Amino acid sequence: MRSPFGSSILDAACRLPVPLVMLFAVYVIIHGHDSPGGGFQGGAILAATVMLIRMVRGEDDVWGLDRTRAALLACCGVGLYAGIGLLTILCNGNYLDYGVLPLPLKPEKVRFMGTLGIEIGVAMGVTGVLVLIFDALTEGETQEGDDGK
Amino acid sequence: MTPFRTRQNLIWLVILVAAGILFYAGSQLPPVGDPRSPAATHVSPYYIEHSHHETGAPNFVTAVLADYRGYDTLGETTVIFTAGLACLLILGVELGRSRPGEEP
Repeated sequence: MRSPFGSSILDAACRLPVPLVMLFAVYVIIHGHDSPGGGFQGGAILAATVMLIRMVRGEDDVWGLDRTRAALLACCGVGLYAGIGLLTILCNGNYLDYGVLPLPLKPEKVRFMGTLGIEIGVAMGVTGVLVLIFDALTEGETQEGDDGK
Repeated sequence: MTPFRTRQNLIWLVILVAAGILFYAGSQLPPVGDPRSPAATHVSPYYIEHSHHETGAPNFVTAVLADYRGYDTLGETTVIFTAGLACLLILGVELGRSRPGEEP
């Protein structure tokens, strides 16, 4: 998908919703404790905005999130999740027992922050993987399209 | 009867027997939402009563998903990650390629 298939109308139309949708994705991730939502859903919404930008403005406008970095983002997400688990072991707790994390908060708030940390890890992993799959699927089309030119 | 037909019939027989066992076992399960089922008498009340002050999460679903069963969610994330990597391998996408403009 080298060249954007969007027109100036599409370009203008995607400028308005994309920041709002990204904000909503962050809301879904962070507010997942209180309402339906969480890392998986928020990550999917976040990936949808990136895909929309890719479709409308082409692959040249990647916001610094190219394939390699998307793969890295997915790795970092899973690593953040597992890393929080390892951190709890280093703090003499069970694996993924967030209560032992050394944070200056009340015990249940510490667990709250641990949960938030793994939700962010899940969101990073889901976003990275979805963007990666989207790029992998649109790459084939690019080569066919380029051959046709 | 040819060997192929025999094998087909054998496969059907195995499938039907297995399906019969599964359906019989399924009929013995407690109905969905039964308040006297083991899940509703032991596990659910514990989460409803303790999850808020134990985990600080106001939402049961989040408390169970991310805290009590965090290891399960870690597995789910790993499955998604592995699926993404498998897509890359199947579709033959190279990573670490040069950025736009440098490609021939």
